[in-house]
Amino acid sequence: MLEPDGSPRAHYATLCKWLEEQPARELKRKRAEAESIFRRLGITFPVYADKKALASVDTIERLIPFDLIPRLISAREWRLLERGIEQRVRALNAFLLDIYHRQEIIRAGRIPADVILMNEAYCPEMIGHRPPLGIFSHIIGTDLVRTGEDDFFVLEDNLRTPSGVSYMLENREAMLHLFPELFAAHCVAPVQHYPELLRQTLEAVSPVAPEETSIGVLTPGIHNSAYFEHSFLADQMGAELLEGQDLFVSDGALYMRTTRGPRRVHVLYRRIDDDFLDPLTFRPDSALGVPGLMDLYRAGRVTIVNAPGAGIADDKAIYSWVPDIVEFYTGEKPILKNVPTWRCSEPEALSYVLDHLPELVVKEVHGSGGYGMLVGPTSSKKQIEQFRKVLKARPRNYIAQPTLALSACPAFTKTGVAPRHVDLRPYSLVSDRVRLVAGGLTRVALKKGSLVVNSSQGGGTKDTWVLTD
Amino acid sequence: MSRYIERAENIARLCEAGFRISLTPSIGGGHKEEWLSTLQSAGVIDGYKDAYDEVTGESAINYLLFDERNHSSVRSSLTAARTNARIVRTKLTRDMWETLNDTWMGMQAVSPHQMTNARLPDFLDWIRERTAQFRGALLGTILRDEGYYFCQFGAFMERADNTARILDVKYYVLLPDHQSVGGPIDNYQWETILRAVSAHRSYRHVFHEDYKPWRIAEFVILRPEMPRSLRFCYDWLNVTAEGITEIYGEERPTAELIRSTHRLLKHSDMGAIFQNGLHEFLTDFIDRNNRVTTGLASDFYFNPTA
Repeated sequence: MLEPDGSPRAHYATLCKWLEEQPARELKRKRAEAESIFRRLGITFPVYADKKALASVDTIERLIPFDLIPRLISAREWRLLERGIEQRVRALNAFLLDIYHRQEIIRAGRIPADVILMNEAYCPEMIGHRPPLGIFSHIIGTDLVRTGEDDFFVLEDNLRTPSGVSYMLENREAMLHLFPELFAAHCVAPVQHYPELLRQTLEAVSPVAPEETSIGVLTPGIHNSAYFEHSFLADQMGAELLEGQDLFVSDGALYMRTTRGPRRVHVLYRRIDDDFLDPLTFRPDSALGVPGLMDLYRAGRVTIVNAPGAGIADDKAIYSWVPDIVEFYTGEKPILKNVPTWRCSEPEALSYVLDHLPELVVKEVHGSGGYGMLVGPTSSKKQIEQFRKVLKARPRNYIAQPTLALSACPAFTKTGVAPRHVDLRPYSLVSDRVRLVAGGLTRVALKKGSLVVNSSQGGGTKDTWVLTD
Repeated sequence: MSRYIERAENIARLCEAGFRISLTPSIGGGHKEEWLSTLQSAGVIDGYKDAYDEVTGESAINYLLFDERNHSSVRSSLTAARTNARIVRTKLTRDMWETLNDTWMGMQAVSPHQMTNARLPDFLDWIRERTAQFRGALLGTILRDEGYYFCQFGAFMERADNTARILDVKYYVLLPDHQSVGGPIDNYQWETILRAVSAHRSYRHVFHEDYKPWRIAEFVILRPEMPRSLRFCYDWLNVTAEGITEIYGEERPTAELIRSTHRLLKHSDMGAIFQNGLHEFLTDFIDRNNRVTTGLASDFYFNPTA
């Protein structure tokens, strides 16, 4: 939020002045109020530290910590992000279509074949299948960090079932309630039409006309940590919220059971993993999916969003190739930068990583959620040495990145207003065109000095305000 | 009494919609226009112009919520509701009276000067909560005698009038031949209409599609499942008239006007309404609804404002 000389950046001026005028007492009161708003809405999620806790019935309901102070993005920076994100999500979709068809990018020698074909996330069932409009990943969350003026890096692409968009929307509702006077003093781009854009996006890939399309949101059920989001999005789109058991395949169509008999479903926005979609094609023990769904899908009778097999494009092993992917499919230089990445599968890279562990972040290739990673600068010598052994044993499983000088935003902490590191996840919607609401989810590392923003690791969220000129 | 509670609630909803729009970046006419049409929808624009020189958010909110010169302000409405309730105190249940009286006392304790932007959302929530509580107390405790039916008459006449006026102020953005279709300005106008009748979420459940002006008109005029639509109000007014007829053992003259208005809404379709003119339809409806109000007053010998 600050310029290198310590003064607030221009678009933060009003907010800074306002913050100075707020007594800590008042902010504390607002924080309590925010908590009661979120509890009343029911945006709670179960937290589990290990797999064992999953089995216990009464997981504790927790709130993701919400930080009161909005994160501001200037109109100029947003325009840059918008262009960069659109370029990237189009390229990733072109990549997905290609690797399940002619594999031009492999033929051209831009990516080694085994990186793709040997990848666990590559889905052979999708080979030769062209989803409607050739789009594989319709809903994409792009995780970004800012390191300086107009300087953004993509940390991660999320092309499977990115979550968190309900926080983007409900954080805004809460802020409108808590601090209307702050909105009056800024020109904040609206985000509330996201569900409408989502519905348009889904209708555009429907096997039938938009007005005849019936949309279902497929959830694993009420015990899932993102269940609130599933029900929220279904409600906001006027779609049906479904579990696998509510659906069945008959006569070449997908039906949901309703109190008035079976009804067709044309587009399935699934929030369960590929593996669980259809026990006849993937995991036979899955009770979450629908037997026969994949056959229907391949016959074009129903559209699954995001498409099975899309996950390969956000695999951490692929990440380091994304700049090549963007260039290959768009013929343009990437607008958004990648974080320099060492692939530990390559011997030279591995030896560099082993020599520089204290300054690097090392991540598991298939991991997510901030588990099983090493943040060198904040780890003890003992932790680093332990990790070294793990890394040496299975180098192919890891990539390493430098720690970036992340930008920080003011957050309201226990000891008052203080800077904390943030990232940003805008949500793009890709079908007949790319739809992107001006905003996203800002996650904030609430521990002092911490760079890990995951909610499972003590991260919180903030409302994100894209200012209009 | 019930109609004043209904009015307080409707004014709070209108304020909420207007206030929310004023927080989003202004497109089109800007915020001033929005408060102007909010005042028009509340039917108080003339009185406002006598009281203030200029339309600002602050004075519009003050006029709508607190100004006693405005007979439809939330404060005036609650005072009128309480005065009427005292007159028929024995007909009210204890739950109804206490809810109403608490609400009135709460309102007296608030001064317009305290009503900063920061406090307004909570305050509007509070009004909605209190009016919902009153309705709950009414439905849960009152005897189904004539007192109940009069309460229902008052509430649904008021609601129908409010919905019709909201539509009439903005009827031109709902016309199917309206020039720009679905631009950001329209979308925001449509959303304001739906928000003012708390239907922006239920719309999706009924139509499963983006806002379309003719659908919005249909939803708010003709749909029987939408609890603030004209049709819904007249479904209830009709049932209420039948109930009263049964109690009195004879039909009073206005029952026929209610029946014919109900028939009109039940058998109209939007195509015909647009063809004959949406504005004309709404003006005619508001006029009918007014005649129902005065008709019932003379049928049952009560003060038409009560």
